[in-house]
Amino acid sequence: MKAGKMILFFVAGGLFGTGLAISGMTDPARVIGFLDLFGAWDPALLFVMAGAVGVYGLGMLMLRRVKNRDLKLPSPTPSPIDRQLIVGSAIFGVGWGLGGFCPGPALANLGALRVEALLFVPAMAIGMFLAQRFFGAD
Amino acid sequence: MNHYTLWHALIGGILIGLASLLATVLSGKIPGISGVFSFALWQSAALFRPMRPLVVMAIAGLLVGFGTRLGGGCTSGHGVCGVGMGAKDSIAATLIFIVTAMMIVFIYNRVVL
Repeated sequence: MKAGKMILFFVAGGLFGTGLAISGMTDPARVIGFLDLFGAWDPALLFVMAGAVGVYGLGMLMLRRVKNRDLKLPSPTPSPIDRQLIVGSAIFGVGWGLGGFCPGPALANLGALRVEALLFVPAMAIGMFLAQRFFGAD
Repeated sequence: MNHYTLWHALIGGILIGLASLLATVLSGKIPGISGVFSFALWQSAALFRPMRPLVVMAIAGLLVGFGTRLGGGCTSGHGVCGVGMGAKDSIAATLIFIVTAMMIVFIYNRVVL
């Protein structure tokens, strides 16, 4: 990869992390607060998703109109809703509800040397390896 | 860095020396990585109170890693990008993991806690 592109990826990562931190989504207490629909429900994550989905959706609509051979965008045709997608997403949901970490915030907390993340992230890596090794997931 | 020469070794060493010098001036102490890392670890442990027992976190990590790869994405891939593009598979995946996680939190908060 070209150095310029690497620097831009680094900028994207920095923006993503800043977004996670400002929105409070690096804090598993906030995430569990959103998931606790029948407790003291915290709607913050819904606002984060609305902001992110809105900007990404609008941005992609605009980018799809750009006619430039060098611009490569992901295919707009979705993959089929098969058993792997359903079972995998449900298993992810169980882990997300148990720990309050999804992969991004877990990695952010690894950077903060948070003890839970020091356990969670290696376990997550093992889980990813198993899914790829035995179920051929990408 | 396709062509490694001894100049790379020397330049790298100079950077390590400069960084060590800067950290010494900033902290007033000898800053070895082992000491800095363990200090940061204890500072972090004092700052963050664990939400869940560590065994639960390890199991959660395993499930998150396995599930996101099997399901082809997580809150960012399916949740932000897929939903943002209006892709049906991502909308389904996002609904499934949010509802499942809500059920788990409901059960955990009432049964375990």
